[in-house]
Amino acid sequence: MKMPAPNASILARKDQIVARLREVLPEGSVISELSETRAYECDALTAYRCPPLCAVLPSSTEEVSAVLKICFEEGVPVVPRGSGTSLAGGALPTADSVILGVAKMNSVLETDYANRLIRVQTGRTNLSVSGAVAEEDFFYAPDPSSQLACAIAGNIAMNSGGAHCLKYGVTTNNLMGVTMVLMDGTVIELGGAHLDAPGLDLLGVICGSEGQLGVVTEATLRILRKPEGARPVLMGFAANEVAGECVSDIIKAGVLPVAIEFMDRPCIEACEAFAHAGYPMCEALLIVEVEGSEAEIAEQLEKIIEIAKRHNPVELREARDADEAGRIWLGRKSAFGAMGQINDYMCLDGTIPVSSLPHVLRRIGEMSEEFGLKVANVFHAGDGNMHPLILFNANQEGQLELCERFGAEILKLCVEVGGCLTGEHGVGIEKRDLMHAQYRPADLEAQMAVKDVFDPHWLLNPAKVFPLDASESRRRLAIAAE
Amino acid sequence: MTPTSENDLAEAILGARGALRLRGGGTRSIGLSEGTLLETGGITGVTLYEPGALTLVARAGTPLAEVEAALDAENQRLAFEVPDLRGLLGTQGASTLGGIVAANASGPRRIASGACRDFLLGVRFVDGAGRVVSNGGRVMKNVTGYDLVKLMAGSHGTLGVLTEVSFKVLPKPEAAATLVLHGLTESEAVAAMAAALGSPYDVTGAAHDPGARQTLLRIEGFARSVAYRLGQLRALFPGRETSEDTDPDAVAALWAGVRDVAPLQGRVGDVWRISCKPSDAPELAARLRAEALLYDWGGGLVWALLPEGTDARARLGTFAGHATRVRGTGSAPAFHPDPAPVAALAEGLRRRFDPRGVLNPGLMA
Ligand SMILES: Cc1cc2nc3c(=O)[nH]c(=O)nc-3n(C[C@H](O)[C@H](O)[C@H](O)COP(=O)(O)OP(=O)(O)OC[C@H]3O[C@@H](n4cnc5c(N)ncnc54)[C@H](O)[C@@H]3O)c2cc1C
Repeated sequence: MKMPAPNASILARKDQIVARLREVLPEGSVISELSETRAYECDALTAYRCPPLCAVLPSSTEEVSAVLKICFEEGVPVVPRGSGTSLAGGALPTADSVILGVAKMNSVLETDYANRLIRVQTGRTNLSVSGAVAEEDFFYAPDPSSQLACAIAGNIAMNSGGAHCLKYGVTTNNLMGVTMVLMDGTVIELGGAHLDAPGLDLLGVICGSEGQLGVVTEATLRILRKPEGARPVLMGFAANEVAGECVSDIIKAGVLPVAIEFMDRPCIEACEAFAHAGYPMCEALLIVEVEGSEAEIAEQLEKIIEIAKRHNPVELREARDADEAGRIWLGRKSAFGAMGQINDYMCLDGTIPVSSLPHVLRRIGEMSEEFGLKVANVFHAGDGNMHPLILFNANQEGQLELCERFGAEILKLCVEVGGCLTGEHGVGIEKRDLMHAQYRPADLEAQMAVKDVFDPHWLLNPAKVFPLDASESRRRLAIAAE
Repeated sequence: MTPTSENDLAEAILGARGALRLRGGGTRSIGLSEGTLLETGGITGVTLYEPGALTLVARAGTPLAEVEAALDAENQRLAFEVPDLRGLLGTQGASTLGGIVAANASGPRRIASGACRDFLLGVRFVDGAGRVVSNGGRVMKNVTGYDLVKLMAGSHGTLGVLTEVSFKVLPKPEAAATLVLHGLTESEAVAAMAAALGSPYDVTGAAHDPGARQTLLRIEGFARSVAYRLGQLRALFPGRETSEDTDPDAVAALWAGVRDVAPLQGRVGDVWRISCKPSDAPELAARLRAEALLYDWGGGLVWALLPEGTDARARLGTFAGHATRVRGTGSAPAFHPDPAPVAALAEGLRRRFDPRGVLNPGLMA
């Protein structure tokens, strides 16, 4: 993965830049010693690391604005950062960039149950947003598996999803407004307690823009009343195809589960060995969860089980109580951990049309043989968002590169069948150079035109999302203008 | 001009010498009064429909009726409840998918399921320089690059002319019911709607008709579940006079009336649409001194009938939200002006996507 060479003129001015930043921030909010900036050298895509010029941790929108104004004047690139859990390298710095972390900004500004919203500073973690409204039995719906650690800032930047988005949507469907600082320090407000935009839907573009259009400091989020209850059913099938058909039939029948999770044999085996959840050994396993009152749950599960039976399941296990529900989820929730135990792995995130599931799984199996690397599949089947985990050995020369090549082939396959490169993790640096596989030059031009408007000098997180060759002329102009 | 393919459309836009007035089905009245008419109704056809994946792709000029018929055959629907505003606006024609997306047209279910923009998975469009752009796709989860899909929804043809759109569709529910609360004041009604929407009973419509003093709450789903939730919901309002309706046709007709703003139809005056914080709605409505009102989205959407030429924004003063004039021709702009830095961004985008200023110029500025 290539990153542009750092701008020597910025490196040479480090002391001056750091001094100016210290002037506008409280003591201890500017980190410039190499021993300390190392904490910001990577995100959860740990194969790529580079300490930044310095890191700043402002405490308010005003401080963020002051920082950006200085960086704008100095022509210094800025990489916004939430909790650094991006799997795409979205928060990876370059040596000439300032990391702007919002971790200190984690307050709840307002909870409003009558209007079903919460306003928070974006450094707040995803889970603690739900935590803040739990006493009134409300919750914030998007629930990435990383929710204990990841921040709303990163969720907005990546338009993150979660296990329950089949019913509740992803971040963009639950985001009502933001306070955002543009690269030149201008503070803007988009949306709020009302729905829909007065003019162009700029909020819709901000969500998922990977920290390239502005730094989001505050957010208004939709909160929902918790359902009365929820319960999963586990079903095992003799073939991936059959499980795929079952998913499609459930959806067509008008039942709207909150989650449909899929695991294939390699994944089941690893999870079973790790978590001993008592999963049946079969080719494909589905966990389907529904919500409502006891009677509503029973009615929906009855329909789902009836559909499943038409596909000759090798196992059907309905949770009768919370304990059994917990056991059904246990294996799935520990899938990544289980994989981490046995191997290094790379987690992919392509989406495919649900109907292509059997074909794609078959092709991944064939490619796995060709590349000589094992793959385990675990994913959100209801919406076709796959998470193939490629297992490799990071200590073995050349394996990371081999794994990346294999990953790229899988993602291209996703695009080929009518899907996309990333369903919830974002492009970052990881899929940046694959964007040509999904978009024609005019499509990328149109997206880059949006960045031109919000960040004309291309200083915000500039080396991400767009293939370096596509964005080169713009990034060059930025350096020349300085 | 009525091009019949994306190519022809691109050529028509490239060849434009002045303002183009874009029209889908011509059912909405917001639009330019001058300029060369460019119609999208020639670019039609459902290109892909996979009921098992809940996705439908169609060319932008496809009439809504055609899409609804296709969905109906599989017992599915567009979940955002497309308003039919012909009665309100006094227009004719037949809605097209592109027009619906360009207006982000969304009905009562917006409060629960989302707006048109939330169900829109992908777009193809021709921008003002004749460039064909595609963004998003046909899968439900997609964060690959910037979300121009949302940007195009509600852009009223000022950034590009849509040629193809893809949607997430949903199964039709087995049953539906309305709980009606009678005789509430506007503040009581908004509070009641907040209580209903803040309950675990999945309310998919919350509207108040102050003329009839009726507060309407809708529930949808499997029959037994609807019956259960209807009972639970009624129990939230002890001491209130209530009635309920479970006849499918009656429920559908009632909510079509909310969706299409029936109480304001056939009356003289300007129609304004105010998007606000739901709990602010009664106070804002009082400031409006409207001749007729309808509250939807639990109060978050207020439809108001005002004397011709009234500037609703002047009456409202500063408030959190926005007001759009959907019928009438006062001197105030139809769209709510954005604050200066946001307006500058919007203008920047229009310049980028439509450098010659030919697509519905001035409509949203
Ligand atoms: C174990 C594990 C499980 C995961 N599971 C899921 C999952 O189920 N679903 C899912 O969607 N993702 C998942 N992720 C990915 C990751 O957690 C999400 O992308 C998350 O939203 C990142 O949040 P963060 O605060 O850590 O952001 P960071 O990693 O700090 O940054 C992510 C991006 O956001 C930008 N950014 C950060 N702050 C701001 C700001 N204030 N303004 C503008 N831009 C900003 C950064 O520049 C970067 O591009 C998982 C990750 C891990 C490690």
